[in-house]
Amino acid sequence: MTTLPSISTELQEPSAAVEHEEHGDFRLFGLVLFLVADGMTFAGLFAAYLTFRAVNPLPTGGIYELELLLPTINTVLLVLSSFTFHRSAKLLRAENSSGCRLWLMITVALGVAFLVSQMREYFTLPFGLTSNLYASTFYVLTGFHGLHVSLGVMLMLIVWWQARQGGSITSHQHFGLEAAELYWHFVDGIWVVLFGIIYLL
Amino acid sequence: MTTTTSSPSPGLFDGPEPEDWRRYFGFSLDHKVIGIQYLVTSFFFYLVGGVLAGMIRTELTTPISDFLSREAYNEVLTLHGTIMIFLWIVPVVNGAFGNYLVPFYVGARDMAFPRLNAIAFWLIPPAGVMLITSYFIGGASQSGWTAYPPLSLTTPAAGQLVWIFSVILLGGSSILGGINFIATILKLRRPGLKLMELPMYCWAMLGTSILVVLSTPVLAGTLILLAFDIVAHTGFFNPGQGGNVVVYQHLFWFYSHPAVYIMVLPAFGLVSEILPVHSRKPLFGYTTMVYSILAIVFLGLIVWAHHMFTSGTPPWMRLFFTIATSFIAVPTGIKFFNWLATLWGGRIALNSAMLFACAFIVNFVLGGITGVALAQVPFDIHVHDTYFVVAHFHYIVYGGTVFVIFSSIYHWYPKFTGKMLDERLGLLHFALTFIGFNLCFGPQHWLGINGMPRRVAEYDPQFTLLNQISSVGALLMALSTLPFLYNVIASYFKGKVAGDNPWRALTSEWLTSSPPPVENWHGPAPHVRHPYGYGAEPQP
Repeated sequence: MTTLPSISTELQEPSAAVEHEEHGDFRLFGLVLFLVADGMTFAGLFAAYLTFRAVNPLPTGGIYELELLLPTINTVLLVLSSFTFHRSAKLLRAENSSGCRLWLMITVALGVAFLVSQMREYFTLPFGLTSNLYASTFYVLTGFHGLHVSLGVMLMLIVWWQARQGGSITSHQHFGLEAAELYWHFVDGIWVVLFGIIYLL
Repeated sequence: MTTTTSSPSPGLFDGPEPEDWRRYFGFSLDHKVIGIQYLVTSFFFYLVGGVLAGMIRTELTTPISDFLSREAYNEVLTLHGTIMIFLWIVPVVNGAFGNYLVPFYVGARDMAFPRLNAIAFWLIPPAGVMLITSYFIGGASQSGWTAYPPLSLTTPAAGQLVWIFSVILLGGSSILGGINFIATILKLRRPGLKLMELPMYCWAMLGTSILVVLSTPVLAGTLILLAFDIVAHTGFFNPGQGGNVVVYQHLFWFYSHPAVYIMVLPAFGLVSEILPVHSRKPLFGYTTMVYSILAIVFLGLIVWAHHMFTSGTPPWMRLFFTIATSFIAVPTGIKFFNWLATLWGGRIALNSAMLFACAFIVNFVLGGITGVALAQVPFDIHVHDTYFVVAHFHYIVYGGTVFVIFSSIYHWYPKFTGKMLDERLGLLHFALTFIGFNLCFGPQHWLGINGMPRRVAEYDPQFTLLNQISSVGALLMALSTLPFLYNVIASYFKGKVAGDNPWRALTSEWLTSSPPPVENWHGPAPHVRHPYGYGAEPQP
């Protein structure tokens, strides 16, 4: 085979980095792309909700009243949990594994508290899933978000377990923790938007 | 040249895989194996979708509903559309060729996430099997591939739910693939390889994957709401319960219009690889090609409501979407003229790959012109939901994308297998496909303008002759599959040996053996600075 002039077969310099599987930055980039996709799912649902609000009036006699106190406490819990998670990740990088696990557990507790209080809200509301259009939208949107929170709590428990074993989560190798943290911030951000358009608007 | 880093990389593959044909039936992580898995699987679904198309055309040879019952006709057309879009075109131009070619073009040994890649592929067969078996067990969905409510809420629920579940699975597969392509193209490039040195197919895949990641999740969310309406009797899209059907249409087309570009942009990329090789000239206007793709990606996201001009859209919305849609003709026209300029004055080899590629240009410009016509509200309202739309759509997706798929198979088969395809059978395949296609879909323009509605098993007897001509065309297209199938099977066993680079092409998949080794190149990854540098070769 003749060598064509426009092709140079130079050595691939940092090929060890390119070809080796342990490139955490790629995986984080992939996760960001996944969160963009996940965010678009929410964006579609939000767009549907806002269009319903703009076009379809609540039928006469339909009840759609939300309490504000519990959801506001929920919002505070979730925003707070973003900071506790951040602190946990910072402690891991500072080689303080037990501190990292403690703050991770505090974040789990805040996440669970959010879910419990969300459940409490579901059981005390005066309308059900099929009562009217807004009731349906409320349950589907908050329920879809609640699924995300549940998944986030599970991820944190897995990371906590891995950090306790000391095998796959260490101060040098912490993709799992970083991924869970990024995901948690995303779930948080979605809640803030959701709180704004469903409870405040 | 030193060889310190060309050793097999540990950790990329999970230990030794079988080297023979068996690896094509397992959970392989090799991008080339996954690419072929996509290609063969989706070709199987193409044959299924083709049989369904044959059933539609058989039914339409007579004005009355005799070959199929009305319900069966609705199931067949729904399955035909869904299978051809979600199980043939999208997986073949993205999954099959994307997986095979993109790692070569970026100078990598595999995709960025090989395991995710395999998972994305293995979501497809169960979704497809589920969809097809729903026809035999309890009845398939009857509401067309668009699944518009209230139609999708009033037809039998079981088939509709299977349809929703399958499409969400296929959408998930598509999203995982899109994430992988973006990461591979942006992050896994060989060090020193610039974005503007990439072959055009990489740009097409980057643009397509951006559309996939941004729009497919919206479809998934919409279908979840539709499933709630069916299962839990919520009223999101049910006007009887205060819901709004037009919201479904907006959300559906926010995905499904970009889906057209998800089907056709990779074909643009593939044809941009094939034309320069067989006309021995550089791709004309590389930079404008790149910006055209990016412009199509942007415009593709803001034109969806041109599918909804008869859905009570307000005038300002019609105006905006007409103008935005018409604008798409500009970047598309730039690409069209660049392809013509690439051919101009080249030493054109009119082999099967090139014939299909040139026929693509012809068919695509016809489909493009009817597309601009359909974007104009007064005309669109006249031909909405008629066979004119069917003709336009098939000129884009069959005359455009499927012609490019066949062109690509003729072009890359030597690389896939190490054997050449038979040219005479290729010519026969091309002639039958080209004549059959135009005979099948050409008359449908007249049918549509004269008012024959689509998706109905019966029609006014005045349309009989044109429908019968169309059915003859469909028969020719069905027959064209036979020489092709014989060719790809027979050539695999007794075809002429191809060698590494039978087309004397410059892109990096040709700078290795045919078929390529597991890690793509025997030595280090080559740096192809000028993938279209055909002017530089010595003239014979």
